[in-house]
Amino acid sequence: MRTVLRGVGELCITAGLIVMLFVTYELWGTGRYTQGQQDRLQDEMLNGWRAAKVTTEKVKLGEGLAMIRVPRFGKGYHFVVVEGVTRADLRKGPGHYPGTALPGQLGNFVVSGHRTTYSAPFNRLGELDRGDRILIDTRDRQYVYKVTDRKIVKPSATDVAAPVPFHPKRRPTERLITLTTCHPKYSAAERMIIFGELAETLPRVRPAAGK
Amino acid sequence: MYAWIWRRLPGAWPAKTAAAAGIVLAVAAVLWYALFPRLEAQIQFDHGVVQTPAPSGTPGG
Repeated sequence: MRTVLRGVGELCITAGLIVMLFVTYELWGTGRYTQGQQDRLQDEMLNGWRAAKVTTEKVKLGEGLAMIRVPRFGKGYHFVVVEGVTRADLRKGPGHYPGTALPGQLGNFVVSGHRTTYSAPFNRLGELDRGDRILIDTRDRQYVYKVTDRKIVKPSATDVAAPVPFHPKRRPTERLITLTTCHPKYSAAERMIIFGELAETLPRVRPAAGK
Repeated sequence: MYAWIWRRLPGAWPAKTAAAAGIVLAVAAVLWYALFPRLEAQIQFDHGVVQTPAPSGTPGG
């Protein structure tokens, strides 16, 4: 009897330790993976930008497309936006919905990202206010978008990603950005959506150290 | 359980301690690199993509 009780106790403690290790993996281990992938993607993308421009340049799925910066999240905040929104893509960083507009184009540049785990690129999206800037660096230009609205929607609300959000049939006349992430934190019940529009287009500032 | 394993480890206590630490590390490594990535994909609670039908399987974020 005593041996059985002791065995059960030991199993419970072991299970607790394993759960703690798993939580560490979710919150920290997954972020380390993303950081490694981001470093690799950033090197590849910046090297590509330095090389001579090819006229038929195409971004492949899973590769870096642009750099997103949000001044409100601090100077060091930058993530390479990956092309694609599959689970594997989003583990590498924020992902651009294939088929939606490219940065600066007429229409809607739609990006999804993790709010928790995998470096949580969009963790602080809820802190953005109207007028906050979202900077998108591409090879030659930096597109400055300004936040116009924030909404919480159902996960099935795909029309937020339409060229004109909520009006899937309408033809776009504006250059917009839409960021999607999960809401509330650590849940998949809803989505938080940040809308923005292009405010200005600048030549890309070439950073000295590549960061 | 642990007392039973401890009794079966060979050698004096320093050797036993080293063996026990090795086993713990090996188990942790298996969990971290093999089991957790698979488990994480199953219970993924962080979906940021809007899509129909609502994500449950392959794509998600």
